[in-house]
Amino acid sequence: MEAIYSILEIILPFEFIDYTFMKNALLAIILVSPIFAILGTMIVNNKMAFFSDALGHSALTGIAIGMLLGISNINISMILFAVIFALLLNFVKNKTTYGADTIISVFSSIAIALGLAILAQTGNFNKYSSYLVGDILSITSSEIFYLLLAFIAVILFWYFMFNKLNVISINSTLAKSRGINIKLIDNIFVILIAVIVMVSIRWVGILLINSLLILPAAASRNIAKSMRSYHLFSVIFSLFSGICGLIISYYWNVPTGPMIVIISGIIYFITFLSNWGKNRLFKN
Amino acid sequence: MKKVNTCGLHCTKINNISVKIGGQEILKNVNIHVHCGELTVIIGRNGAGKTTLLKAILGEVEHAGNIVFTDMKDNKTKKIKIGYVPQKINVEKHMPTTVYDIFASCISDIPVFLKKDKKVYKEVQEQLKLFGAEKTIDKSIGDLSGGELQRVLLSIATKPIPNLLILDEPVSGIDKNGTKDFYNILQELKNKYDMSIILVSHDLDLTKQYADKVILLDKEVVKEGTPDEVFKSLEFKNRFGIL
Repeated sequence: MEAIYSILEIILPFEFIDYTFMKNALLAIILVSPIFAILGTMIVNNKMAFFSDALGHSALTGIAIGMLLGISNINISMILFAVIFALLLNFVKNKTTYGADTIISVFSSIAIALGLAILAQTGNFNKYSSYLVGDILSITSSEIFYLLLAFIAVILFWYFMFNKLNVISINSTLAKSRGINIKLIDNIFVILIAVIVMVSIRWVGILLINSLLILPAAASRNIAKSMRSYHLFSVIFSLFSGICGLIISYYWNVPTGPMIVIISGIIYFITFLSNWGKNRLFKN
Repeated sequence: MKKVNTCGLHCTKINNISVKIGGQEILKNVNIHVHCGELTVIIGRNGAGKTTLLKAILGEVEHAGNIVFTDMKDNKTKKIKIGYVPQKINVEKHMPTTVYDIFASCISDIPVFLKKDKKVYKEVQEQLKLFGAEKTIDKSIGDLSGGELQRVLLSIATKPIPNLLILDEPVSGIDKNGTKDFYNILQELKNKYDMSIILVSHDLDLTKQYADKVILLDKEVVKEGTPDEVFKSLEFKNRFGIL
């Protein structure tokens, strides 16, 4: 870790990097932004934005249930609950003919209500209310290690399974005819989303976590012409808004999560307008 | 297309397929027997279970019954290769998925988000060419016309050449000429390759003209036979009125 810190100090000769919490925050952003960006591409393609949002909301419930069961490490209870929640949602979504958004909404509401009720009842709500907005400067070096593991897991999954995921997203029966195990891949995908969301939620915040998954990919989708540019732009946008958001938040003294989201949002509208303008020109 | 051989010696038996979803019986004891070089067309009203039957054959929905593929030359049962053309796919205009991206995802393990593999690209292009769709390769899959999309999907389904080709014909988006072209392509496929074709069709005129065998489905097979036999049957008239 010390070696990485000193490298950061050499390549970034700025004032903000002198602080360890800023170094940690920067490392976390460098690791997690590309993951958000690439997972986001398929979340957007599969119209799962609401799904990942509901997943984020389940964090409080995970904490609350973990406390009831006496699990001391809240990270573990959050991740466990989110994984179960994600698999359950996936299962119910595939079993019913109702609109998926209604099902997700029902699950999401119950999860939040349950979490809030338990936390309030046990008098712990104030302690965990910081999870709503998150605090990137609280990140520790051991958490960066977890992020690194998550990073590797996602990259491996994407490398080996992306093509299959891509076919499933276009048409699941077509995927089945090519011998793809739809359920397995779909479930691994949502488990990965659940894990990534939970390891990041403490510093991004429940309210904003979904924006980091959705905005870079959505912005990229406005201008990308192929899967390669879709991923490339998404990763660039995500890293750019993450790093800029962190630096700006340091100098302007605003919270980092919202700053990152604001920058991603601006990028989204720029790509949206450029795409819109191009289409109009094209028509004329 | 190069000629392989049409031998009529491969047969696919779809035995006793039943599907229940949520306690409701969608399909009951469906038996279908198809030979290579034969176009079997499944017709039926909305909700007759046509798409469900295809999904059951492909193993996407849980079902009772089985599918046996036999090579009658040596009378051995083999694992069947099925190609599938879906009725519609999940796409939007201008989406960043090109025809290459989808095709390569189906036939190769080289991740398409990382690079465009030259060898795969060439393979895809050649296959598309067989169906006159090579120009679409770098287009967004959401920007294709209905006819183009159908050709692309057909070229994916026939790479590698399957024993059984299953097609769910789109309800809309293709004009009359396009549909006719499509049936002509199927005709060519079944004549030149060692392939059985099962098509779910919504166009009764063309079914009459092109099908070798027609199956009228209404939760179960209510009538099967040559187009004439089926179209003149009482079962057909009860469900479609008089044609």
